[in-house]
Amino acid sequence: MGKVVLKVNDLAAAYRKNTVLHDVNFAVEAGSLTGIVGPNGAGKSTLIKTLLELHPALTGEVQFFGASFKKMKTRIGYVPQRGSVDWDFPTIALDVVMMGLYGQIGWLRRPAKLHQEKAYEALDKMGMADYAERQISQLSGGQQQRVFLARALVQNADLYFMDEPLAGVDAATERAIMNILKELKATGKTVLVVHHDLQTVEDYFDHVLFLNRTVVEHGRTAQVFTDENIAAAYGGNMRGMRGGKFHVVRPVEQ
Amino acid sequence: MWSVLLNSNTQWVLFSTMILGIAAGTVGCLSYWKRQSLMSDALAHAALPGVVLSFLLFREKHLLILISGAAFSALIGAFFIQWIRSSTRIKEDAAMGMILSIFYGLGIMLLTVANRTAGNQSGLSGFILGQSASMVQTDVWTMLILALLVIAITVIGFKEWKIYLFDPQFAKGIGMSLKGMNSLYTIVLVTTIVIGIQAVGVILIAALLIIPAVSARYWTHSFKKMIIISAALGGVSGALGTLISALGSGWPTGPFIVMVASSLFIVSLFLGKEKGIVIQFWQLRIQRKQVRQQQLISPLIAKKEGQ
Repeated sequence: MGKVVLKVNDLAAAYRKNTVLHDVNFAVEAGSLTGIVGPNGAGKSTLIKTLLELHPALTGEVQFFGASFKKMKTRIGYVPQRGSVDWDFPTIALDVVMMGLYGQIGWLRRPAKLHQEKAYEALDKMGMADYAERQISQLSGGQQQRVFLARALVQNADLYFMDEPLAGVDAATERAIMNILKELKATGKTVLVVHHDLQTVEDYFDHVLFLNRTVVEHGRTAQVFTDENIAAAYGGNMRGMRGGKFHVVRPVEQ
Repeated sequence: MWSVLLNSNTQWVLFSTMILGIAAGTVGCLSYWKRQSLMSDALAHAALPGVVLSFLLFREKHLLILISGAAFSALIGAFFIQWIRSSTRIKEDAAMGMILSIFYGLGIMLLTVANRTAGNQSGLSGFILGQSASMVQTDVWTMLILALLVIAITVIGFKEWKIYLFDPQFAKGIGMSLKGMNSLYTIVLVTTIVIGIQAVGVILIAALLIIPAVSARYWTHSFKKMIIISAALGGVSGALGTLISALGSGWPTGPFIVMVASSLFIVSLFLGKEKGIVIQFWQLRIQRKQVRQQQLISPLIAKKEGQ
């Protein structure tokens, strides 16, 4: 195993009375591209939010690059779910990407020409150069997602967390995003992606983390992406992934 | 009739309500995108008991003392709303409705007591609907300085407000303190409300925060321009409303300011460049015409190409 960039010990989190996550333990090595999969309500988004201290942890300890989140904040990038913001907000795509540079620009300072160029470059990388001046409310879902990705790119972080970047996007966006993820991996960055489509896991990710309230299994995709683990994570009614398609096995009584 | 304009006190009052309108228009844009337009109304009503209590305590009608009390009680109101939302099963809108009416009721009750017991209370009722004519030079200065402060905070931190309003979670990720920003937002909002209550009144000050912002939305797709337009509309409403109310004796200022602001809103709603009703109707008509023409022409072109 390579250098560990993220280590999670005994993490637990709750919403009101319901414990969503408990006994979460795992470690992520540098340069890996991990898909976090699990059924609805398994706590995938909560896991990311708790790691990034956007949601309070009940117990547990999280280490980024061997230090606390506060110390390593600038090395961590986050792509929230597209639905988490109001896309009616009056601003243009380039401005949203520029927000990724606010940390570098410094508080209360005006962005310079250089920052604008950087933001434009990131948009170009996502195939969105023509939409730089476009109102974000006029972008399609896939385009909005690419703007979010571009914003994460300009942050130039070493560890990225992405919450369902491939949910509900068009094929072109999915390709664009996957190319960027592979490029990030190739440059030694570490990426964790909440993912919902089991059929593409093997093609997209070299590591997979099965989550259902706790870590069901975590490891190299080739080793842990098995029918048994899928069944364990999803509650035992998904079979036959290996055949490329999966179907729901109905109880025998029916 | 226009002689009131020549009065230097009126000029100062006009100027201060204009600056107040500009501040309210600016802060209103922040509330609009924080989806808390109604919050300003709740906090304004919650300010009333504070005004009366500080008058009863200090027996003085110095604006700074009264608005300190107002700010204190509005902040208590804000705290209660926050507390109800986070630790009970009551939702935010219900919490705001409760705090608004309870505090306002308490304020009116205290006002009755104040009116019975104190002799020189005249004018305290002006805080309900606004009475800019009762403002003296020191009141004007207090209002001006605080309004300029609020405007300065919004302008200097423009970039920070933008990311805080658009994507607070991301802002936190890059090191912004959400707690700090939330507090600053509440302070700026409460300050705007309390400096406006003498001129506009607790019932209607929220209108000056809400209406210019929603009107500005019909003119632009840029956050910066939205703030500038909203500030301008707020400034015009403040000054013009005060001017009209100064024409009669004892006319409350608040309702006139709100009426001017509402007229500007109606103009924006119909003629606004971005999705104004008339403009939208007109654009749709042109588009329909174009499509129809194309539908007429295209078979001819196809025929010609076929030959």
